[in-house]
Amino acid sequence: MVVFDLYNYWVFILLMMIGLYTVIASPNLVKKIIGLSVLQTAIFLFLISLSKVSGGTVPITGPSAELYSNPLPHALVLTAIVVSVSTMAVALAIIINIKLTYGTIEDDEIRKTEGH
Amino acid sequence: MIDNQLPALIVATPLAASLLMPIFRSAEKPWVLSLLTTWAVFGMTVLLLLQLSDRSQSPDGRAVISYAIGNWMIPWGIELRIDRLNGFVLLVIAMISAIVTFYARLSVAQAVPQHRIPFFYSVWLLFITGLLGVAVSGDIFNVYVMIEISALASYTLVAMGQHENPKALLGSINYLVLGTIGASFFLIGVGYLYSVTGTLNMADLAERLKPLHGNRALITAFAFILVGLSVKMALFPLHGWLPDAHGYAPPIVSALLSGVAIKVAAYVMIRLVFSLLGMEFSFSILPTGPVIWVLSSLAIVIGSYTAIQQTSLKRLLAYSSVAQIGYIAMGLSLANENGLTGSLVHVFNHALMKSGLFLVAGIVSYRLGAADLELMAGLGRKMPFTMSALVAGGLGLIGVPLTSGFVSKWYLVSGAIDRGAMPLALVILLGSILAVMYIWKVLEIVYFRPSLDSARAVTEAPWSLVLPAWILIGASLYFGVDASLPSGLAEHAARFLLEQS
Amino acid sequence: MILAVLVVPLLGAAFIALLGRWPNYRDAASVVTALSLFGLVLALVPRADGVMLDKFVLFETLPGLRLAFSIEPLGLLFALVASGLWVLTSVYSIGYMRAHHEEHQTRFYACFALTLAAAMGIALAGNLFTLFIFYEAMTLATYPLVTHHGTERAVHAGRVYLGYLFTTSIGLLLLAIIWTWALAGTLDFRAGGILAGKTDSTTVALLSALYAFGIGKAALMPFHRWLPAAMVAPAPVSALLHAVAVVKAGVFAVMKVIVYVFGTEFLQQTGLSVWLMYAAAATIVVASLIAVAQDDLKARLAYSTVSQLSYVILGAALANSAGVLGGSMHILMHAFGKITLFFCAGAVAVAAHKTKVSEMAHVGRQMPITMSAFLVGSLSIIGLPPFGGSWSKWYLILGAFDVAQLPLVAVLLISSLLSIAYLMPIPARAFFIREPGERPSQGVHEAPFACVLPLCVTAAGCLGLFFFAGEIYEFLFPLVQH
Repeated sequence: MVVFDLYNYWVFILLMMIGLYTVIASPNLVKKIIGLSVLQTAIFLFLISLSKVSGGTVPITGPSAELYSNPLPHALVLTAIVVSVSTMAVALAIIINIKLTYGTIEDDEIRKTEGH
Repeated sequence: MIDNQLPALIVATPLAASLLMPIFRSAEKPWVLSLLTTWAVFGMTVLLLLQLSDRSQSPDGRAVISYAIGNWMIPWGIELRIDRLNGFVLLVIAMISAIVTFYARLSVAQAVPQHRIPFFYSVWLLFITGLLGVAVSGDIFNVYVMIEISALASYTLVAMGQHENPKALLGSINYLVLGTIGASFFLIGVGYLYSVTGTLNMADLAERLKPLHGNRALITAFAFILVGLSVKMALFPLHGWLPDAHGYAPPIVSALLSGVAIKVAAYVMIRLVFSLLGMEFSFSILPTGPVIWVLSSLAIVIGSYTAIQQTSLKRLLAYSSVAQIGYIAMGLSLANENGLTGSLVHVFNHALMKSGLFLVAGIVSYRLGAADLELMAGLGRKMPFTMSALVAGGLGLIGVPLTSGFVSKWYLVSGAIDRGAMPLALVILLGSILAVMYIWKVLEIVYFRPSLDSARAVTEAPWSLVLPAWILIGASLYFGVDASLPSGLAEHAARFLLEQS
Repeated sequence: MILAVLVVPLLGAAFIALLGRWPNYRDAASVVTALSLFGLVLALVPRADGVMLDKFVLFETLPGLRLAFSIEPLGLLFALVASGLWVLTSVYSIGYMRAHHEEHQTRFYACFALTLAAAMGIALAGNLFTLFIFYEAMTLATYPLVTHHGTERAVHAGRVYLGYLFTTSIGLLLLAIIWTWALAGTLDFRAGGILAGKTDSTTVALLSALYAFGIGKAALMPFHRWLPAAMVAPAPVSALLHAVAVVKAGVFAVMKVIVYVFGTEFLQQTGLSVWLMYAAAATIVVASLIAVAQDDLKARLAYSTVSQLSYVILGAALANSAGVLGGSMHILMHAFGKITLFFCAGAVAVAAHKTKVSEMAHVGRQMPITMSAFLVGSLSIIGLPPFGGSWSKWYLILGAFDVAQLPLVAVLLISSLLSIAYLMPIPARAFFIREPGERPSQGVHEAPFACVLPLCVTAAGCLGLFFFAGEIYEFLFPLVQH
C-alpha cells in the first residue's frame, strides 16, 4: 500500500490538524498555545522525517559512515525549536498579563467583559 | 575593508545594541543609543545602496552584493544578498525606523512605565533587527528565522500598549496565534522546497526550481508559503489580527508595524513569486493572478469600507492599512512592469504616509490620552501643525495629485490598463473614493465640530513629536512632486525582477 | 510670465492670511491681487496669436508626467473671464461680507485667492496631468468656501460637493487620463488631438464618456447635484465660483479635451460624440424644467447654470467650428450674465433679506438698479439681442444645423423658452406685483455701493459683449483652424 508507505506524512498531517483544531476550538488561551505547540511539533517531525535516508546511519563522518541521513534538517529543526520555545515564552507572558488584567484566560469571558 | 562587511553590520549593529539595553536604568540613555543605532543603520544602508549602484555600472552589470557569513562557501553557507529589490526594501526599513525612533522619546515615556523603558528599546531594536534581517537574507530558512524574530518582538511591543488600553494584550495574543500559524505554514513550505531541491539558498533555489515546474510538492510548497505570507502581510481575508494589533499598540510600534512590517512580508512574497518560482510558474501554471486579484480587490473595498466606520483614529488607520496592502498585492499580481513598480512604489510611499499618520495619532493620544475621533473635535485650531500633517497624510492616502499616493496609484492603474483589467483599475479608484470618505470623516470632526470641554487646555504638541511626523509626511509630499527617486528605484527593481523570472 | 500668473494669487492668499487682523488692508490686498492678476493675464493676450505658443515646464513628477503650461486662445479666454470677474467680485465681496457680518472673512478671501490660482492653473495647463492637478486643487480650495458657515447644513452640503466632485474625478476622470496615457503615451494638449488613429472606436466612445462624466465640474446630469448643494455658500462664492470659475473650469476642461485630446476632426469622422450631444441636450432641458420649479432664488439660478453649462458641452460635442466657437463664446457670455444674476441675488439678500422667488414682490421698487441689472442679465441668458448671450446661441444653432441634428436645434429653442419661464417671473414680480396689504412704498433701499457697482458693470458687460462678438470670434478662431 503506497498510501501507508508515506506514513510519516499521515502522522504529520494528523498532528497538525489536532493542533489547528485546538487553536480554533478551545476558548482557553493556554490550551490554544498548547495547540500551537502541537502544530509546530508536527512540522518538526515532518522536517526530520524528510532527512531520513533508508538504511542510513547518524550523520557523523567516520570510516563506517557511507550512507547517512541528511544532517541539515536537524539543524533547521533545532533552530525552529528555539523559535517555538521563544514563542511559547512570549505567549505565556502575555497570558499572565491577561490573567492579571481580566482575571480570566477564557476567551469568551474576556470578550464578555470587553462588551463585544 | 569595512565596506565589505556592510551587509552583516546592518543586522549586527542593532542586534548588539539591543542586547546592551538592559544594562541601562534610566529612560534617556536607551533612547539615545537606539537613535544612534538606527541612524547608523540608515547611513550604512545608504552606503550599501551607493555600492550597489556603483556595481551596476561595472562591466558585468550585475547589481548584486553577496556576502558569505563566516566565509562559508555559498550555497552551503548562509548568504546575505543585496540586489535592487531588497536594497529598496532595506532603504524603506532603515529610513522609517530612524525617523520613528527620533519620535520615540516622549511617546514611549508616556506609554510605558519608567522601569520598563530600557526593555522596550531592547525589543524595539530586536524588531528592527528582524525586519532588516529578512531584507538582507539570501537564505530562505534564514528568512523564516528573521520573520519570527521580528514577529516575536512585535508581539511583545504590541502588548506594551496595555498601559494605555488593556485590549492591546488581546490584540497581541491574537496576533501571536495567527502570526505563528502563518510562520508555521511558511516553514512547511520551506520544508517542501528543501525536499525537492536540497538547497535553501534562494539564488540557488531559483536555478534548481526551473526544471521542476509542475512538480506537486512544489505546488504544495507554494500554496503553504503563500498562505503563510498572506497572514503575515494581512492580506484579506487573513487580516483579522491587524486592526487590533495595530490599533492598540503604542503609537510608534503601530507606525513601524503598519508602515514597514507588513511590507516586509509583502517583499518576501514578491521575492518568492518572481525570483524564486518565476512568473511562468506563478502566473501561467498556477492561477495566482486571479486569486490575488479577487482577494486584493476585496481587501481594498472591505478594508476601506470598514475604516469609514471606525471610531478611533488608530483603528481607522489600521483598516486603511488592510486596504493598502490590497493595493500592493494587486500590483504584484498584475505581473507587468507598471503594476510591479506601482506595488514597490506603494511600499515606499505608504510606509512614509502611514507611519507619519500613526505618529500623528500618537501625538493626539499624547495630548488627549486616547486617539478617539470623538475627543478630536475642534483640534484643528488647537494643534494646527499636527492636524495639518493629518490633512496632508490623508490626502496622500486618497491619492490626490502631488502627493506620493497619486504616483503609486498612477502606476497601479497603468498596470491594470496594460493588463486589460479595467475592473481592477476601477477597484483601485473606488478605493481612493472610499479613502476620501474615511479621511473626510476625520477632517470634519477635527475642523468643524466645536471642541469638547475636556480638550479646552490642549495645545500644540512639543516639536520633537511634531517634527518627525512632518518629516515623514513632508517626504511623502515631496516624493509626490518629484517621484524620480522612489519610482526610479522601484522601476529598476521591477525590471530586475521581470528579467530574472 | 506664466509662473507669475500662478504665483500672484498664491502670494495674494498669503498676504490676505497675514493681514487678517486688519480687515481694511486685507480687503485691499484682495482687490490689488485681483487687479494685478487681471493685468498679467491681459499682458499674456498678445502672445496667443498662434495655438500652443508657450511651453513652460515647472517640474517632472515621473518621466513624461510633467507640470507644464502653455498659452492658447481658449485657456486665455477662460483666464481672462475668471480674473476679470474676480476684480469685480472682490469689490462686491467687501460690500456683501461686511453688510452680512460674516465670520472667518480672512479664510474666505484667502481661499478665494487660492481658487483663482487653481483656475489659472487649469486655464494655462499644457497637459492633462497639470489640468487634473489644478482641477483637484480647485475642489479642495473651494471646500472651505462651501462650508463657510460651518453649520450642519453647510457641512452636509460640503459632503455632497466633495462626494460628487471627488467621485467623478478620481473614479472616472483619472481613469480616463491614465487610459489616455497608456494609449497615446503622452498627455500633452496638441492641436488635432493625441488619440487620433491610436485606438478603436469602442475605446474612444468609452473614453469620451469617462471624460464627459468624469469632469464633474461640468455638471452633466446625473452628476450635477453638487452645484445646487454648493449654494449654501455666501453669494460672492456662488457668483464667481459657481457661476464662473469652478463650473467654467469644468466645461472648459471638456472643451479642451475634445479639441486637444480627441481632436475635433477625429470625433467628427467617427461620429462618436453624438451620444454626448444628446446627453447634453437632455441636461439642458431637464435642468431647465427643474429650475422652473425652484422657489429658492439661488437654487433656481444654480439649475439654470447646470442647463447653460451643457450648452458648452453641446458645442464641444458638435465638434465643428461653429459648435466649438459657440461653446467657447458661451463660456464668456454666460459668465457675464450669470454673475450679474448672482450679484443681484446677493444684493437682494443683503438689502431686503429675501432669498425666495415668491418673496420678490415689491423688491423692484425698493432696489431699482439691482433689479434692472437682473433683467439685463436674464435677457442675456435667454439669448435675446442686443445682449452677448444671443451670439453664442446663434453659433450653437448654426453648429447643430451643420451636423444636421435638427432635434438639437429644437432643444436649443425650447430651452430658450424655458429660460424665459424661469427667469422672467423674477423681475416681473419684483417690478409689477404688489402684495395685498403692503405699505405703499418704503422708498429706495439699495445694497451697499460696493455691491451695486460690480453688478452694474457686469450688466453693462452683457450689453457690451454683443458688440464685440466679432473680436472674440477672431480671437478664438485658431481653435478650429485645423
